[in-house]
Order: sequence, then structure tokens, then C-alpha cells
Amino acid sequence: MSGGPVGVEYTGVRELRGPLVVVEGVREVGWDEFATIVLDSGERRHGLVLDVDRDLAVVQVLEDTAGMARTGTRVAFAGTPLRIPVGPGWLGRMCDGRGEPADGGPPVLGDTRAAVGAAPINPVRREPPGEPVLTGVGAVDVLTTLVRGQKLPVFSAAGLPHLELAVQIAAQATCAGEAFAVVFAGMGLTHADAEFVRAGLAARAAARDLVLLVNTADDPVIERLLTPRLALTVAEHLAFVVGRHVLVVMTDMTAYCEALREVSAARGEIPARRAYPGYLYSDLASLYERCGRIRGRPGSVTVLPVLTMPAGDITHPVPDLTGYITEGQIVLSAEVHASGAYPPVDPLSSLSRLMRKGVGAGRTRPDHPAVAAQLTAALARSRQVRELADLIGRPALSPTDQRFLDLEDVFRRRFLAQGTDENRSMDESLNGAWDVLLTLPRGELGMIPVDLLDTRTAAREKESP
Amino acid sequence: MTASGRASAGPADGEAGRRAEPGTPSDRSRDEPRPRILRVTGPLVEIACPPSVAMHDVVLLGAAGLPGEVVAVDGDAATVQAYAYTGGLAPGHPARPQGHPLTVRLAPDLLGGVFDGLLRPLAGAGDLLRGGGSAAAPERRAWPFTPRVSRGARVAAGDVLGEIGAHVPLRLLVPPDRSGDVDRLAAAGEYATDSVLAVVGGHEIRMAQHWPVRRPRPAGGRLPADVPLHTGQRAVDLLFPVARGSTVAVPGGFGTGKTMLLQQIAKWCDADVIVYVGCGERGNEMADVIEELTELTDPRTGGSLAERTVTIANTSNMPMMAREASVHTGATVAEYFRDMGLDVVLIADSTSRWAEALREFASRMGELPAEEGYPAGLASQLAAFYERAAAVRTLSGASGSVTVIGAVSPPGGDRTEPVTAHTERFVRCLWSLDRDLAYARHYPAVSWADSFSRDAAALAAAHARGGDPEWLPRRGRVARLLAEADRLADLVELVGITALPPRERVSVLAGRLVREAVIQQNALSPGDAYSAPEKTSALVAAVLAVLDRCLELVDSGVRADAVEAVDFTPLLRARESAGPAETAAVVAARDQVLARLRDAA
Repeated sequence: MSGGPVGVEYTGVRELRGPLVVVEGVREVGWDEFATIVLDSGERRHGLVLDVDRDLAVVQVLEDTAGMARTGTRVAFAGTPLRIPVGPGWLGRMCDGRGEPADGGPPVLGDTRAAVGAAPINPVRREPPGEPVLTGVGAVDVLTTLVRGQKLPVFSAAGLPHLELAVQIAAQATCAGEAFAVVFAGMGLTHADAEFVRAGLAARAAARDLVLLVNTADDPVIERLLTPRLALTVAEHLAFVVGRHVLVVMTDMTAYCEALREVSAARGEIPARRAYPGYLYSDLASLYERCGRIRGRPGSVTVLPVLTMPAGDITHPVPDLTGYITEGQIVLSAEVHASGAYPPVDPLSSLSRLMRKGVGAGRTRPDHPAVAAQLTAALARSRQVRELADLIGRPALSPTDQRFLDLEDVFRRRFLAQGTDENRSMDESLNGAWDVLLTLPRGELGMIPVDLLDTRTAAREKESP
Repeated sequence: MTASGRASAGPADGEAGRRAEPGTPSDRSRDEPRPRILRVTGPLVEIACPPSVAMHDVVLLGAAGLPGEVVAVDGDAATVQAYAYTGGLAPGHPARPQGHPLTVRLAPDLLGGVFDGLLRPLAGAGDLLRGGGSAAAPERRAWPFTPRVSRGARVAAGDVLGEIGAHVPLRLLVPPDRSGDVDRLAAAGEYATDSVLAVVGGHEIRMAQHWPVRRPRPAGGRLPADVPLHTGQRAVDLLFPVARGSTVAVPGGFGTGKTMLLQQIAKWCDADVIVYVGCGERGNEMADVIEELTELTDPRTGGSLAERTVTIANTSNMPMMAREASVHTGATVAEYFRDMGLDVVLIADSTSRWAEALREFASRMGELPAEEGYPAGLASQLAAFYERAAAVRTLSGASGSVTVIGAVSPPGGDRTEPVTAHTERFVRCLWSLDRDLAYARHYPAVSWADSFSRDAAALAAAHARGGDPEWLPRRGRVARLLAEADRLADLVELVGITALPPRERVSVLAGRLVREAVIQQNALSPGDAYSAPEKTSALVAAVLAVLDRCLELVDSGVRADAVEAVDFTPLLRARESAGPAETAAVVAARDQVLARLRDAA
């Protein structure tokens, strides 16, 4: 990541505070410009201009200010906001959180450069999303289908296998044979987790379908503010210019938000909820809203942010504001996890708002919308019955309610549970859903058209006479 | 941090400022320094400028001329909030005060269009928005004009000069600040929006007119808001009705269906013009609503629904301060159509994102924060926005209205947070969306326990005048049934349904029938997406008739089990199987269920 041509160097460092350096005597330095900082030792660091006031510039240093002094520090400004090379050269590469190669290869080059803070997509030029991205994970494909151009987060908590799920989706996702790529942005991952991601996605990287950017937990915190922007900038070019369908996985967004809070605190900004800055919503939106499709252009950007809810609290600002921006959510539950089922998706609090446009005949399978709706409704009833059973005991339930009581268990065993390397086809997943539904009396499947039910029950009777 | 900069930059600019003429930069002599930028931090830009610059004046920033508005003046420096991304803008770059406040162009061609927060058309602005909407005027289309006064007539502000043929009946008015004799008036024919149609008191009058967004347009006076706005959503029309010219807030956490409810109202309510402000919301959702409005047919005019709608799309990733302007822009557009004697609904989704823009800017200005970092002026700004709603007598004596419906997105679903808590005080109706109802897939998830309508009494009188004196008692009975069923539901969870006396068991049944047969509505079903007043009444009447019969049965000694076992499906399906304005099918379903009850007896 080079910052373009380097102009005048300034040496007047007035103040160093947290990740910020205040440079004095600057002229014609623009807001949001990219800066290169050279230390006495010759070490190069990078930064972004947060504030320019007459001849003072406040620069946020991506690598932290450790070791910087008022003397011997030289700062040069690029003259433009940060631009990075984009293009297919990124495919198959593994880089750190600033886009510097971490795979021993040469720096990533591209014939085109793009600003990392992209211009928003014109709402009237957006094409409403309408086809699925298949992940090979049954619970996601059937109940919360990911639609091309959608932003669908995974809400998790500490100790749950969200990273396994994110890697599995990144490794398996496809778009019905159309050109596809995954951009995986890791923020604040431990080294063990980073290694897990690299190993899990090695095949995808070898096929040159993957861009991997990883900022580890001991990498500079402020660098995390850049990582998702790099990922999205690379993805946008691969989608709207190269014409691929791109899935951007960003994990862990909570680590990103903490970095944002750290900069905000260092600047002395007025804090809002839980000391996160008041612009957290807009900042997250500037990332998540970069998904979509554009009329008349090939490709799509689908965004799958993963975040851990601190103390499992869904009203915490990070999941709360994310939920207000994204089009649904996949919620992982500690209770399902404790039952031993992977992926521990809670089907009732999970939702894909764009699903109804992305499934059905010609997209997944004609019976998909009815099966998904019926399964969700039946699981909701199952949970109600379980609460009732806790109060009055199983024997007091009606025979139908007893079948419902067992449904959630059957659902977890026969549908939800799947191996972390098991890639299920849409047919297998939907058939699994049918297996669960057909444990109920036929009269309880009112949301499924009668002709569909007839074909299914006939097929089953043939299998097991 | 600013002291040294200010000292070196101050005096020279003061000199320049006194001589400079804002708005005519080319007239300035060459040796005078021009107004220029001193500081940039995100959307906050400080400029050195002449003392003639007024609060809320528009300033064009940098070589690219990014629009901004003056929000504070301190000595020779002014603070400007920029309506575009300010990346690359630097101290020393030029600033051009325009000498007038933020103004928008109002014309018939707003109908059917999509605009950014400053009312610049988005069609033709390219795939990516680098500097907001396109500055270009929308496509030149000719509109039929028929004069309604004669030459030489004396006309006052707001008088009708002629009619403009569109799907919505539009009028050419004398602008609010003009009056005099009609010196010239165009003959009937088709004209572009920018051609001169009349000359009044020496001033040219066109279809396209300009108005500053922060100044409410004048009207002849306020009228009591007592005409119902039929939204087509039963949960609202039946329980929490809203009058034309009233105000509504719709608080709801994420996933409670706020946007869906507002979109349904935008599509089906019986107003003449809808102004839909997507303020800091999702891009894909905006794309969806724009597409659907184009495809759907307006049941009243036969045209496309888009032709009565003005969409202001300022998605969450578009510049934040344009979000702040967009609600005022929307209100100005709404008032423009109101002044023609039309009923307008202004929908703002979401006012919380607008409030966040206020907070963000106040924080950058270093204002002292009040609650949760919001500026102390939050409550008064919210109140002022909702006060732009009104039923009015226009300057020419016609009646028109602006109804404001604002979504509120409380963080973490916390209803005590400042935006929700203040908004509740200023609105006449509150449609509170409930997470439990939404979780149970009960849509629209309007909570009957936490919502209110202060218009209900006035509207009951209106319904009585309109020949439906039973409206208020019917509403009261439905509300009581729902409350009673909720109370009993808690009891049933503890002791089981069989432990209840027969009449209470019918009350539990009543709650279910009212919820599922009347209150719930399926936005995706063609028959149920909206409900005409007569269908809503028929559904309520059908359910109440069935319930009365159930009560008679248990009173006469029939076992509650037997009543509960009756198949009520025809009644539950009636809302979807009958058309949006059909009552015969509802009556048939009622009779079918009544017959089954007879058999059960």
C-alpha cells in the first residue's frame, strides 16, 4: 500500500496523543488525505487526516504512535484521500490488515487505483437483489437465504463457533456456476484463529477465488479501521468492473468498533451509548451499504459481517446499530450450541429480509418458500409447546402438541446439524427440511400447498413402505 | 490549537469581507483576498468570510463548489455544515457565499421523481454519487395548462392562476410574496415548467418556483384536523386513526416492520400526494420501494402510484448532513402541494437518523451535550419539524393538509432514549411497534397497549357525520376485547384454559379472532395489502356478530369446548379472500361460521 507520490515533508510535530499526531506549519493539506510518516529510525508509518485547522493537521496513525517523538518525525501528505491498486491481482493473495503482502509475494499491483472511501451507490441505479448465494450450510440456505447484493450479519457471542461458520461459508459459497470470489477481512483475530482461516480457505486461495486480509489481535488497533474498507474497495472493483459475484466476510466487527471508539476517545469527542462515538451508525453504514448490485453492470457485492455481542447482549450498540442497517441477521445461540448441534443457528430470531425475492422456482426450488415458512412456524409452535410442557408436564399435552414438542429436537438432529466441512446441496438441505416437517401430522402443514404435500408423502411411502 | 491560525488569518480577511459582495464573486477586484477555508473536519468547515454573510446562507466550498450552509458566525469566521463528502478540501481553498439560504426548486415534475436530500434529481446522476444528485434540471416535459383568471384581474398571494393537468389536480398559484394585476397570462396549451405562464405586478410567474427549505410556506390559517386519513391498514384505521393534518410517530426496534408499515401507507393511503423521505435508511430498500411504486396501480386514479409520489432518498451512506436537510426539504415539498389545496402525507424514515446527524454536528461544533450527547435543542427541533404538519386554509381559501408520519428507531429498543421520549410528547398519534408481535409474525406489529391516538374523538364525530355513528363504540369494544384477552392470557399460562369460566374462555377466543381476522394484515396478499373503510367495518362487524353468538351459546349452557372446536377458518381467511374493498365475501364468511355455530349448539 503505497500512498502515491510524496510531496513536501513536514517536521513540525506539535503533539502526540494516543493514535493521533498533530503536525504544524502545513499548507494546503486536505481533510481525509493519506499521510506517510517516516521515523528517525527510517521506519515508515501511515495515517489519515482527521482535522485540518489553518496550519495544523491532526493525523490518525494506523500503526500507532509508539516511538514517535517531536523531533525526527517527518510527515508527507499524498494530496488525495487514500487510493489503492485494484484488480484481479488481489485474487489468491494473503495480506495484512493494511494490504501489505503476508504471503511472501510481491506487493499487489493493479492497473487501476480506487479510493478506499468509495462514493455511495445512487439509490435509483441500484438493482433490487433477486438471486441467492448458496453457502452449502443447510440452516442458512433454507431458512435465512443469503441473496446477492444483501448485507446479512452473523450475531454471535464469545465461545460460539462463528469463525468456523464464517470460514465454512467463505469456503463453500457459490453463485450457480457464475464467476465468484470471496474477500475475507479479519480484524483482531488471534494468531490461532488467523491460522485457522488460512488453512480453511487454502483451497479457495489456490483456485485464485480469494482475497484474504488479516489484522491480528496484536497488530495495530487503528489499522482495523482500514481493513474492511480495503476489502470492500477490492470487492467493488471485482464485482462491478471485473463482473464477479463477490462475497465479503468481515469478522469481527466488534473489534472494528472498538478501534473506532479508541480514536474517538483520543480526539476527545463527546461519547454516545457505551462511549461509542455518535457517528457509529453512519460509520457502520458506510461499510455495510457498499453491498448491492448496479443496473446494467454484472457482478454483485454481498456482505456478511460477523460480530460477537459483548456478554451476549443484542441491545449492545454494535449489534443493535448493525441490525438497523442490515437486511436481517443470523443469530447463533448458546443454547443450541450446548445441545451439540453445529452450526448453532437460532432459527426463530434469525431472518433474511430479502429472502422472499431470492428463493423459489428458477432460483432455488419451487417448494422452498412454503417449506421455509412452514418450518419456521412449526418451530415457533414447538417452542410454545415446550414452555407449556415445562408447566404442566408432557403427559398433559395433546397428542399433536407432543409431536410438536419433539419437533425442535428432530430439527436439530436431522436438519441443523452438519459437519464443518460438509457442503450440502440445496436439494439435500430442502429434503432434510421435509424430513423434519413430515414428522408432523399432515393437518398441521397448512402453509404448504396440497399438491406439494401429495407428491412428498407419496415419495416417502415409496421409500419406506 | 486554533489560536495561532486565527491570529494570522483574521485581519486580512476582515478587510476583504467588508468590501466583498457575496453572490457576485466575479465583481470583486483582483487584489482583494477571496473568502477561503480555514478548517475542515468531516462535514464541519470553517471559513473566513465577509460580515455580510448571514446565518443559513449557502456557501459553495472549494473548486468543486460543494454546497454547505452557514450555521454559526464568529467574528470574521463562519462555520459551515457541508452537504457533501469533504475529502481533499484544505485550508486556503476558496469558499463562495451565495447570499441566499438553502432553496429548492418546486415544480410539477417533482411528482414521480427521486431526489437527494437537497432535492437534486438522482436520475441521470450516474451509478456512483460523487457529489450528490445531478445539478441538471429534470427531463423537459410539457404540462397542459388551462388559465382560470383573465388578464387585468387583480390577484393576491396564493390565488389560483390556472390549472395544470397531471394525475393529481395541480394549480398554478401566485407565489406567496407576490400580488398585483395580471399583466399577461398564457393561453391554454402545453408548456415546459420553466416557461413564463403569467406576469403579475411586473413579476414573471412560472410553474417552477423556488422556496427556502427552512421557512414554512405561509397559509391563510390553521383548521381543526378532523377529517380521517384512511391509511388502508386496519390496525391503524380501526384503533389509532389519524386525521389529515395530524402527526404520527412510529417507534420500533429493528425487525419490527417499521419501514414495511410506512411503505404500505405510502402505497395505499388516500392522500393526494405522498412525500417519502428515506432519511439514513437502506439503499436496497429504497431501490425496492422505487420499483414497486412504479409497478403498482393507484386504485383511485388508475395511474402508477409513483405519479403521486415524491421520493427523497438519502441512504445511510450518503453525506450525513444532507440527511439533516432532507426532512426540511420534504416538508417544503409537502407544503408546496398543500398550497394547491391537496392533502399530502409526509413520511420520514427515520427521524432518529436525522437526530443523529444533529448530534454529530453539534459534537463537532463543541456544543455542550444534553442527554446521550444530543444537543440541548433536540426537543425544540423535533417539535418544530412536527409543527410543519397542519390542516390549513390556503392563501386562496381552499383547504389542504400535510400529515407527518415519522419513524423513530430507538437504540436497543429503549423507549426512554431522548428521540423517542421527546417525539412522543409532540405527536398526536403514536403507533408503537412491538417486538413480541413481530417475533410472532403478527404484522403490522402495532401494539394496542402502547399506542395512542389523540385524534380519535374528533374523528369519531367525523364518522358520525359521515353516517357511521357506531364507529366509536365499535372501536371501544375491539380495544376492550384485546385488552381483556391479554389479561386472561397471563392467567391461562398459569392455570390452563380449562380452568377458566365459559365466558372468559370466549374472551380468549375473542382475542384470537380479533387479532387474526381483523388486526393482522398481509402486505404481500393482493386482497389484504390494503383495506377500504367498508371492508374494515365489515370484518369487525362479522367478528363481533360471531362472538355475540358464541356468548349466547355458552350462556345457554353449551360447553365452551364445543364452541372452541368450531372451525372459524372462513372468518380468518376472509381478509385475504375478499378484495380490498369487498364486503359481500366477508358477510358470506360470517354466515358460514354462524351456521357452524348453530350446528354446534
